[in-house]
Amino acid sequence: MLVVGIKSRPVYTGLSIDAHAPRHLFALENEGARAVLEQADKACLAKSEILYIGADSFATELAGLKPFDLWTAHTVPILLNRLKVTLQTAKMGTRLYIAGTESFIGQAMQVALELGIDFNSIRTEHRGSLARRVQCVHCKGITDKVTTSPYTCTHCGLPLLVRDHYSRRLGAFQGVNIDAEEPGTAPAPEVLFP
Amino acid sequence: MSINTDMTVRVVAISQVAEKVKRFRLERADGGAMPVFSGGAHVVVAMRDGDLLRRNPYSLMSSPRDTSAFEISTLRVENSRGGSAFMHEKLKVGDRLIVSQPINLFPFDGRGRKHILMAGGIGITPFIAMMDQMQREDRPFELHYAIRNRGHGAYWKELTERYGPHRVKIYVDDEKLFIPVDQILGAQPLGTHLYVCGPAGMIDGVLGRARGAGWPEQNLHCERFLAPPPGKSFRVILRKSAKTLTVATHQSILEAVEAAGVDAPFLCRGGACGQCETSIVSYQGALEHNDHYLEPDDKQSGRKIMICVSRLNGPEITLDL
Amino acid sequence: MNITFKKETFRDDFTFRNSPATIRRFPFPFNEDSYMYSVNMEPHVKGAPGTAFESLIDVDEHFISEMHDRALVLKEDPLRCQALPHMMTAQWDTLELIMEQQAAGYPEHFSLTRDGDNWHWINRPMGIDQKFIFGDASTLAYEPMEYITRQAQGDFCIVDQRDNNLWMDAGMVTTQADWSLDFDIGMNFMEWHGPVPLAHQIGVFERALKFLLNLQQGKPVRRLNWTMTINPRLDTSPENYPKWGPDRTTVTPENVGNKVHLRCELQSLWRLPRSNAILFVIRCYLIKMEEIATVPKWARRLPRVLRSLPPELVDYKGLTRYRQATIDWLSKFDDGLATSPGIFPD
Repeated sequence: MLVVGIKSRPVYTGLSIDAHAPRHLFALENEGARAVLEQADKACLAKSEILYIGADSFATELAGLKPFDLWTAHTVPILLNRLKVTLQTAKMGTRLYIAGTESFIGQAMQVALELGIDFNSIRTEHRGSLARRVQCVHCKGITDKVTTSPYTCTHCGLPLLVRDHYSRRLGAFQGVNIDAEEPGTAPAPEVLFP
Repeated sequence: MSINTDMTVRVVAISQVAEKVKRFRLERADGGAMPVFSGGAHVVVAMRDGDLLRRNPYSLMSSPRDTSAFEISTLRVENSRGGSAFMHEKLKVGDRLIVSQPINLFPFDGRGRKHILMAGGIGITPFIAMMDQMQREDRPFELHYAIRNRGHGAYWKELTERYGPHRVKIYVDDEKLFIPVDQILGAQPLGTHLYVCGPAGMIDGVLGRARGAGWPEQNLHCERFLAPPPGKSFRVILRKSAKTLTVATHQSILEAVEAAGVDAPFLCRGGACGQCETSIVSYQGALEHNDHYLEPDDKQSGRKIMICVSRLNGPEITLDL
Repeated sequence: MNITFKKETFRDDFTFRNSPATIRRFPFPFNEDSYMYSVNMEPHVKGAPGTAFESLIDVDEHFISEMHDRALVLKEDPLRCQALPHMMTAQWDTLELIMEQQAAGYPEHFSLTRDGDNWHWINRPMGIDQKFIFGDASTLAYEPMEYITRQAQGDFCIVDQRDNNLWMDAGMVTTQADWSLDFDIGMNFMEWHGPVPLAHQIGVFERALKFLLNLQQGKPVRRLNWTMTINPRLDTSPENYPKWGPDRTTVTPENVGNKVHLRCELQSLWRLPRSNAILFVIRCYLIKMEEIATVPKWARRLPRVLRSLPPELVDYKGLTRYRQATIDWLSKFDDGLATSPGIFPD
């Protein structure tokens, strides 16, 4: 149960642009913008729509690329809703790219999966904090921006070990009660995902 | 692991359904129920042609729920290796054949929001069973069926009548009506899956255009009716079975191995599924990889070969069989 | 064969016990004196009467009590039974398979009659007499998978085949050895096996996946898996870890025989016809050390196996706290004599 180094955590292979696609859709969070700004080949931008949330400085730089459309959101839920609406009417040939924290990638991916897009076709790049979105396996409550293991579940209060086991469907890592066998012996939280 | 699940069947009806296409209705010789299956499945039919035992794969076109019989349709091919000649000219009502359990290497993706089916010629057969199942399970689909002319094309009329012209579109070469592939590719909602079955050129052409239109691999599916290509004759040494045999020009390695009484695994007999992958001990000459299964490095390595379709251009090869 | 069903509990007072015949038919998972992972699959064919292999879907004396425990688990946590929307055809395939096999294996307890799509299912031990239309979910009180797995021992996972991979897209999971359906549903083969140590490095999963992708209709396969549990508790889910975790600290040299259980999973895999999916049956059997001790071959072999385990496996299977106490308790039955190969008692 408490084994480390398990193999089911996602790997983010980077935003490699599919030059063939007639339409590109980017969902970017903060430093995720750099994944696009640092792209060598910016020819795709004329066919690209960018949905962005984060610091204004990045928004300005993205605007400078002159994409087909740049839309900024105030909060992540608003961006996710806009992503959903866009994907609902999008046609095959639309490629989705997501960059930002793991938590953001996971949530944007959930929207896409719900609409029947195969996750293998979505290109992702991790940028920014390593903080995790974790689901407590006991109460099913999700806590975002977890930087330590163990951490205290914000719903049921149990101290949880953050495993590397990840669910795409839930967009979260698994948290398991660390002192279940001997309650009260949980070690002090250690910052592992700054 | 040799539990035999093959079934003996009787040919109960043979119909000429188009100029070079015959349909065969097969019922179990013991009167039992046929297994149900999933649309896209095929069976391997073993037929005795003189002293030769032929084994060919055929897509099931009957309704997947119909347990009374299996139906297959075959095209009489010019320069046939003998299989289609046998089926069209020698097989008679009342004859017996052995068929395998259904095997599906061309299933549809149950998550698909919509399914686009593109068929060329006899490639229509797996789609007939698929559409029956899709209709029953309320899955949106469109068939785009290309035929040479209305006399050669099989089932185009029945399918249009059954599913309606909004779902079934027929394109006739002789009338210069061709599938508007690019137009179709550009008009589908996200989550659509594309399936192609027909001549190799058609499959490669359509899939190439789909990739070029930004469709991801996971949404593209095809079934190739690949008959083992002929080649020069060569010797095969089977190390484990301690046998030496000769592969004739129109015979595959798998067929030669089976004729020598050795049981080798197979599923599709068309170079697609990987089941017949065999390790090479040594060889002289050049390997001819005709399959669609091995990765490029595996093909280069000279250590693996798909014996159902691939060959040697050289005198001798030793296999770990 | 006519089974006398027991009334027993798998929680709270733990009245579960195996009768002597059930002890002898236990699918002991070790065919030699040490253990390592392997793709140990063999054809799933009917085995000798008096063994857990005598029917392809095994029903034993614990049937009614296990179904009762399942109902309790589901009442507390409905997320133990889930099916992704595209799996309905596979659910019907599963219902047909289980009904057919239980009726074929135990005609005095189950019967299935079919008239086209009008089916009539009788489950005498549970007092169920059900007429329904196959393919029409509105004619059953639950969706087909839930309906039938509430009447079948073991966990059931329906695995979709796409993209040269297998996907855990539906399941009824209430007797698991510590994994969460709610978390793992939707994962592919490598992902849901992610947490298993060592096996990835030796390529076991690659070979298993390749084998299963070519699994054929009419040729099911099976293998055995195992772990250990303190008290005969079926629901050792991660969800309830705070409930059963502390049990691991309650083992003493005196109570090993009664508390420590070997937990064996007889897993079978079946290609489903209409959906082309695979049904993965995980049939769980429990036996305590005192009961193991009544079979001399097993009593010799088990401590030897436990001694030989690599530390990663000991940790992953949760044996750390009580492994030594168990080895010590069993050692009195190990006279050092050779054990015969194979799993069956002498």
